[in-house]
Amino acid sequence: MKRAHSTICVQPPKCGGGESKNKNMNTIYILWLRQLKKYIRSTPRIIGSLGQPLLFLLVFGFGFSSIFERAGGGSYIQFLVPGIVAMAVVFTAIFGGIELIWDRQFGFLKETMVAPVSRFSIMLGRSIGGATVAVIQGIAILIISFLVGFKMANPLMIFPALIFMFLIAFFFTALGTAIASKLFDMQAFPIIMNFLVMPLFFLSGSIFPLDTAPRALQIIGKFDPLTYGIDGLRYSLIGVSHFSPYFDFLILAGFSLVVLFLGKYLFEKMEA
Amino acid sequence: MSIIEVKNLTKKFGDFTAVNDVSFTVEKGEIFAFLGPNGAGKTTTIKMLTTLLEPTAGEVKINNFNLKDDRDNVRHSFGIVFQDPSLDDELTAYENMDFHAVLYGHSKADRGPRIEELLKLVDLWDRRKDLVKNFSGGMKRRLEIARALIHTPKIIFLDEPTVGLDPQTRNHIWSYVVNLSKKEGVTVFLTTHYMEEADKMADRVVVIDHGKILATGSPTELKANTNTSSLEEAFLKLTGSAIRADEASSLDNLRSAAKMWGRRK
Repeated sequence: MKRAHSTICVQPPKCGGGESKNKNMNTIYILWLRQLKKYIRSTPRIIGSLGQPLLFLLVFGFGFSSIFERAGGGSYIQFLVPGIVAMAVVFTAIFGGIELIWDRQFGFLKETMVAPVSRFSIMLGRSIGGATVAVIQGIAILIISFLVGFKMANPLMIFPALIFMFLIAFFFTALGTAIASKLFDMQAFPIIMNFLVMPLFFLSGSIFPLDTAPRALQIIGKFDPLTYGIDGLRYSLIGVSHFSPYFDFLILAGFSLVVLFLGKYLFEKMEA
Repeated sequence: MSIIEVKNLTKKFGDFTAVNDVSFTVEKGEIFAFLGPNGAGKTTTIKMLTTLLEPTAGEVKINNFNLKDDRDNVRHSFGIVFQDPSLDDELTAYENMDFHAVLYGHSKADRGPRIEELLKLVDLWDRRKDLVKNFSGGMKRRLEIARALIHTPKIIFLDEPTVGLDPQTRNHIWSYVVNLSKKEGVTVFLTTHYMEEADKMADRVVVIDHGKILATGSPTELKANTNTSSLEEAFLKLTGSAIRADEASSLDNLRSAAKMWGRRK
């Protein structure tokens, strides 16, 4: 009571409750900014996570293109690029979510957990940040695809494409965060990649058309949220899709909300 | 006036009782040392007082706010330096400070001067643009102390703040702490394994072992009551001299895993 700190806001009601909406926005912003700064500073990470989608694009793209065309499927590169863009987005996004384990192990999580802000805004900021980074990776792959001959049906459709990329990214970052809330060891990362992310990716119609696949694959594919992301992305980029893009959007947004609230529940219960 | 009131605090992990029906108070402005061997329940208690762990039972009031219903006010009331580092290595010193200031609701206008003042206090202003991963252990600790003070907390928790540091840095850190306590009236709640530090610094000491409080009083009182000449002897007399199992840390495993994934050196 004796001490007066003129510059600092010490009355919690003034700093907290009253401006809580503004404060939540600031929390989300600073966590978003942190993800972005860390990404930009990590050149090996940028290059490393472009490697796999590039390999798929070039090897599959050129390797299968003549068979695909002979089978009457049209240009395989055209077909494949939306899937590979999604691949870059998905893999970066899931990693961005799982990174929470590192924040816990290296102690930084505690710093955010004792702060007088809602845990949901922390999680939301992280997820939007991770998703933004993933979208940037997707854009990088898209630009590279133009160099190997990919053409968009309508350049203006880049905007819906970005929306679908962001939704895919957000879904997988939130999923990664939800998993990481329950997981205390990075050793489990390969398990998540091989038993969750890879199957979701391959079953989504990313590298082959689901329409002509065996019925069992088609049915499984319908339960894969990424199927709708890929379909929407394909609609935006090459003007071809299986479902209506609005349907794709709604399903993907629905799945994203579900994992977001699952993640919120797990994140709030988590003890650092 | 008590700034921390703890009544019958208990924490159970399954069958294991880490903190068992502990009660104590910390007075405003004092330097309070919480001492105990490894696994005694010190860190668990601090985690409960700082809202990181939910108590199994008991009541805690911090700065007159109830821990259960008034979390955000409680969180505004304290700053903490954790036992393990809690900085973001890939951000600069300034960015780490700024991150904290934003989370604690400071406007852009007052963030700058406050951060400058504190970084100067711990002699890190010149290094503000360096990534924290290039800092030594002592520099990281100083930065953590500065960070914990940004929101002018009434209480600062220091969980083994000097472990692994050279005597120069330790001296430095304790001189900041004394300064804070004497000049600014900040209440200091600390744990340490260095008994001579506790003896020198603390106004009052609580010795805890196996989740129970064994003794409370000033260092002088503890020495008198146990008929010993140093706090270390008093401590050993109270807690016995058997060696405790060190808590197994998965951090080392993780470091190698992290290396495997190529993220940190």
